[in-house]
Amino acid sequence: MSTSTAPSPAGGRQDLRQAPKQELRPDRRRTRRHYDVIGLVTAVVMAFPVYWLVVSSLRPNHEIRSYDQTLWPSSLTFDNFARAVKQENFATAVQSSLIVSVTAVVGGMVIATLAALAIGRFRFFGRKALLMVLILVQMLPPTAMLIPIYAQLNAIGGLDEYWGLIVVYLVSTLPFAIVMIRGFVVNIPVELEESAMVDGCTRMGAFRRVIFPLLAPGLAAASIFALVNAWNEYLFAYILINDNSKYTLNVWLMTFTTERGTDYGALMAASTLIALPVVVFFMFIQKKMAAGLTSGAVKG
Amino acid sequence: MLPPRPVRRSRRWRGPAPRGPPPPFSVQKNKRKVSHVTAADTRAAGPPVPVPRAPEGTGAAPVPATGIPDSRPKKRKKGELLPYLLILPALVAIAAVYAFPLAKTVIMSFQDMGRKELWTGESPPWVGFEQFTNILGDGEFWSVTGRTVVFMAACVTLTMAVGLLLALLMTRLTTWVRLVLTAALVAAWSMPLMVAASIFRWLSDSDYGLINTLIAKVAGEDFLGHNWFLDPKQGFAIISLLVIWGAVPFVVITLYAALTQVPRELEEAASLDGANAPAVFRFVTWPVIRPVFTMVATLSVIWDFNVFGQIWLLRGNKPEPEYETLGLYSFSKAFESTSFSQGTAIALITVLLLSGVAVYYLRQLMKTGEVE
Repeated sequence: MSTSTAPSPAGGRQDLRQAPKQELRPDRRRTRRHYDVIGLVTAVVMAFPVYWLVVSSLRPNHEIRSYDQTLWPSSLTFDNFARAVKQENFATAVQSSLIVSVTAVVGGMVIATLAALAIGRFRFFGRKALLMVLILVQMLPPTAMLIPIYAQLNAIGGLDEYWGLIVVYLVSTLPFAIVMIRGFVVNIPVELEESAMVDGCTRMGAFRRVIFPLLAPGLAAASIFALVNAWNEYLFAYILINDNSKYTLNVWLMTFTTERGTDYGALMAASTLIALPVVVFFMFIQKKMAAGLTSGAVKG
Repeated sequence: MLPPRPVRRSRRWRGPAPRGPPPPFSVQKNKRKVSHVTAADTRAAGPPVPVPRAPEGTGAAPVPATGIPDSRPKKRKKGELLPYLLILPALVAIAAVYAFPLAKTVIMSFQDMGRKELWTGESPPWVGFEQFTNILGDGEFWSVTGRTVVFMAACVTLTMAVGLLLALLMTRLTTWVRLVLTAALVAAWSMPLMVAASIFRWLSDSDYGLINTLIAKVAGEDFLGHNWFLDPKQGFAIISLLVIWGAVPFVVITLYAALTQVPRELEEAASLDGANAPAVFRFVTWPVIRPVFTMVATLSVIWDFNVFGQIWLLRGNKPEPEYETLGLYSFSKAFESTSFSQGTAIALITVLLLSGVAVYYLRQLMKTGEVE
């Protein structure tokens, strides 16, 4: 990716590397080594909590409940994972999380693509206002939404139902998905569509045969993003769902803490299981996220 | 004699392209890639490259060269219904889950909705500004607001300072170290909030938490059994740590992307002219990254003002009053004291407080041409 930006430091470094060795003065080289050390230390600090999560999930329980925590486990075991999986409602929680987030994302992507096409392809009255609204609604504090939605769902019997949660998740994916997909739409030349129509495609046909394939990477990125967000959400799930057997994974995670204390080994194992798919997906879209966030595409 | 020289020169200067300058955006794939990864940043970082605006309202001239001229929205045909049909589902959905609740928040704030009205479905009585006068006359509200602002300011300042320093550091690293650091940042960034909060709760556990063990070992003090959350100041220190740890990766990666747009020749020229490092930063680097920095800082203000989950989860879903920020205060008024109207009134005040920041953010976006 860095090769696509002309004056990147990577380019500059390449030049340095190609140049004869003497060109990097000894003091400069030392400075760079200092920076590298600081960089590595920072990397360790940033990654440490993640390391601690994985290590705690894999170490035997007597090491977890020990006053002498060691940075390195004496032995590795999957006991914690076994306990986590055996925890009540694990299977239903996985099922709930999948049902809710996948349905919300699929629905959200359809609606978002339509809207993104409209915003990216047409200049219509209220287009700019719509964009502004999309950006502004993402800044609303969650409680400003939570209380009225709770009251409303209660009034129409949507509490404790998947569909209530699905609707909330679906719509909360819309603002950034629309802005993100629109970015891809804008970059597909209209000529492609027009020439397809000249060659006899209907408007729908042109969309299906020409636009959609070009849009696919953008859709993939947006849906991964939406999926991760829905997967991670816990507040609405906690308030809108009271039935234990309908808890999503994040709410289920809270059941590891009881009055008798927290089973940290199992909690860390369960957390690892929940975080794993997110981390994998995240690796794919990390670059686009950074760009999307600055353009007001995402809520944090 | 003549041909070899240009070739050699181009070889020395070649960065991205193998042979001379690439044909400008001729390859479709290349074009999309380029404008995707960096469009927001280049444009945001671009005082040197001003984005031409579409002439508003004239409609006659299509948008001039922005690099993607032809794919810009077409001239509006009168009475064209298609775009409206396309946005209709989105509009309905957003109206249902954003606009309607917001309107309801406003309405509920002027009523008195409690548990009885919620379950019986009776329409709650109108009370005018009573909720607001109650809240604004309550000393607790002001201390909560003060706490929220201080907490937000501390988190934003630290996040932005650490983020900027790390981003600057990234530009000075050897490639493999930079990759390692990026991987660490992405790993931290990708942790779901629930999981991150669990990790930090475990790290700061009073009996077996690593923080206490380390302090006991390094400082030799008896820290085992120390409860970090007895004193809200210490508790907020842990919470800020979690918030900053979660927010820094985004700031670093975004600012680093902006920093790669700073022309290296300019920096070199400045240092040849005798500018020291701070001066180069102040007069060359900063002007280029400032728009992105402002944007990220504004977003951080909004996010950290609305911090909810980190506190809520670290305090076991029942934060003590000393830990309440505006969001939690509104939440507990609504769901613990079941005075939903008080909750919505506080939420409404929060929205009003934040609207100034939101408008500022929107104006920044419009300046960079993002809302075109």
